[in-house]
Amino acid sequence: MPTLRDIRKKIKAIQGTKKITSAMKMVAAAKLRKVQDSMLRYRPYAVKMQQVLADLSGAAETRGDVPPILLRRPVKTVEVLVITSDKGLCGAFNANILRAAHKEINRLKEQGLNVVLSVVGRKARDYFKRRDMTFKNVWTGISGKLQYTHAQVIAKEMINAYVTEAVDEVVIIYNEFKSVIAQKVVINRLLPIGRIDSEPTEQPTFIPFTYEPRAPELFAMLLPIYIEIQIYRALLESQAAEEAARMTAMDNATKNCDELIRKTTLMANKVRQASITKELMDIVGGVEALKQSEG
Amino acid sequence: MENKLKLEVITPYGEVINEEVDEVYATGAEGDFGVFPGHCAFMTALRIGSLSYKKDGQIHYLFTNRGYCEVLNDRVLVLVGSAERIEEIDVERAKAALARAEERLRKAQAGEADIDYARAQAALERATIRIQLATKLIPR
Repeated sequence: MPTLRDIRKKIKAIQGTKKITSAMKMVAAAKLRKVQDSMLRYRPYAVKMQQVLADLSGAAETRGDVPPILLRRPVKTVEVLVITSDKGLCGAFNANILRAAHKEINRLKEQGLNVVLSVVGRKARDYFKRRDMTFKNVWTGISGKLQYTHAQVIAKEMINAYVTEAVDEVVIIYNEFKSVIAQKVVINRLLPIGRIDSEPTEQPTFIPFTYEPRAPELFAMLLPIYIEIQIYRALLESQAAEEAARMTAMDNATKNCDELIRKTTLMANKVRQASITKELMDIVGGVEALKQSEG
Repeated sequence: MENKLKLEVITPYGEVINEEVDEVYATGAEGDFGVFPGHCAFMTALRIGSLSYKKDGQIHYLFTNRGYCEVLNDRVLVLVGSAERIEEIDVERAKAALARAEERLRKAQAGEADIDYARAQAALERATIRIQLATKLIPR
């Protein structure tokens, strides 16, 4: 049986842990708010750009010359872009994404395709390194200070690989922010670009625009931005999901601490009571013995 | 609004400008262009460069990254990767970026692998324009 002192010490330690986890929860909540704010501010840009590209693709389609980034060809090599976090302590966030990514990679390999791997985040790098996989690109240190330029750099790499025919398809795997308690693993095809959809507007469909350069060239110039906005969105989503997952994980940890403190306190009380009872018995025993020796 | 343009500059970080202005000038893919009220419907890509607009007789300048510009019914919509008013440009940071880009270009020319020439070139261009804009225009 542990002594009362030991148990008290243990309770102190758990209380210390609880302080840390609840502080981390608060930090994650603040960061989540920040990311959600960036997502909100990003929306108008993404929506308008998508609208523009959808309109342009209609205008460009009729002329016939297809920009290389839209060309489809038989798929032999697939590039997989996996987005994870740099830091841990966020529950199953990274485990989920890595399991899904690994499964997807195996599935592609079973189809006899070459797989090229690019990762964002330290967690993905470490995971695949342990499994002796080679990377094409590794980007770390993005989470926490995400900038649009990050998306531009990544997009450029992907587009380069695609137009030089080093890869025939690019897939992106990331966690989508559903709600504070739910993330969803999303697997999307990034390249080649499929149909560009847009929300319908009441704008008249035909406006005699002057294009500079001509519509197909303009479209080709702006297409990389389409990849950029998708990657940036994925990075933002992943970041929001990460902070949300961390918040939930830390909340659970704090609750577990409470539970542990309750149980240990109960044990401490039991030990305390047992020792009091023992002392009482000793005294009573002593008194009885005295009485007997006197009488 | 008569004889006014509605200028909207939107970046991934949010709206930078949403104002009624008199004239707009920007760096298009095929050269600089100006927009006055009553301009025809017009679409172009933007290069890294400057965007300026005139409002109440005063000209304001912005540094803009690559992007897109659309003019329709006296509304100028600019979508760019980033935009900053020249008053907000951090000259020291731009100079540091310029030095870094030059260093990288030198290394690339010396045949060092692992350096993305195009990226360094773009960084150089960005930094140069930033510095030009900030140092030439602020004192006025």
